[in-house]
Amino acid sequence: MAKTSRICHLLLRFLAFSATLSAVIVMVSSHERATFFNVSFEAKYTTSPALKYFVIANSVVTVYGFLVLFLPAESLLWRLVVAMDMVLTMLLISSLSAALAIAQVAKQGNNSAAWLPICGSVPKFCNHITGALIASFIGVIIYMILLLHSIHSVLDPLLLKKT
Amino acid sequence: MASGNEEQKIESGSNVVPQTKPKKDWILLSLRVVTFFATVSATIVMSLNKQTKNFVVATIGTTPITVPLTAKFQHTPAFVYFVVANGIVSVHNLVMIAMDILGHKFHNRGLQLALIAVLDTMALALASSGDGAATAMAELGRNGNSHAKWNKICDNFEAYCNRGGGALIASFIGLILLLIVTVMSINKLLKLNRN
Repeated sequence: MAKTSRICHLLLRFLAFSATLSAVIVMVSSHERATFFNVSFEAKYTTSPALKYFVIANSVVTVYGFLVLFLPAESLLWRLVVAMDMVLTMLLISSLSAALAIAQVAKQGNNSAAWLPICGSVPKFCNHITGALIASFIGVIIYMILLLHSIHSVLDPLLLKKT
Repeated sequence: MASGNEEQKIESGSNVVPQTKPKKDWILLSLRVVTFFATVSATIVMSLNKQTKNFVVATIGTTPITVPLTAKFQHTPAFVYFVVANGIVSVHNLVMIAMDILGHKFHNRGLQLALIAVLDTMALALASSGDGAATAMAELGRNGNSHAKWNKICDNFEAYCNRGGGALIASFIGLILLLIVTVMSINKLLKLNRN
């Protein structure tokens, strides 16, 4: 029973690691060149600080997820894993919502601020960003499940042992 | 007899009175109250954020034509989400404070732990996502984006931007305090359960 639970846990962590890794790769590889009234501009993720924050946060979480995969089952570091899980889930969620806010302005513009939507001129770039956001969203959901599971499993056995 | 004397000696020597009621944790309660005030003030300041200014659009002869333009928080969906998220988190804080004050009669400690831990984690996620979105839009309003030809608006609407920035700062303070409070309350409930 404990072994299947551990295998399930490892599988979830591997899925989360691959989700955030694919979000990073898709976002970094998205660029498109468009010509706009004889002015050509290149749409890349470096043009927006929110997208840069998205890439940085997702890469931090990817590295962390990769390191946690190799943690042995009975190590004392699992309490640190619970704390880091909480903090890094917060980071991931805030980066996802920041990138989502920017993507929403890019797609629909903002009439009151006279910001025109740019997705019409660079549709492939916008689709790339959408894919990266979906991958990160899957990573967020898995990390939330892992957080609740960590709170239950790491701290709960201590309840049972000390009765 | 001998064993009875020993028992009496042990009982008279111990100073610890077995606690039937857990001590009231004033630190956690005051932190929750401060978090509540931080998120409530963020909600209120951002929802009352509005600025109207007259802009000169064109000049006919010698008379300039002025058009009043308004910057409201409803124009940006990210700010609307920020207000809603902070409102929900402040209601959550209020409910948690009420549970802290009135909840010592709750006998099912396991259920209380699960409920508080899960709800606190969800409130944490909600608050951090609201903050992230509002910060991205505020940064865009302050610096603009030259590549996408989005002009900055903060040089025209200075008071709007400053008030929005104040609401953001209050919300960040609330977020950090919420993280500390979550960890502390899970810790406290586990200690109560162990005893």
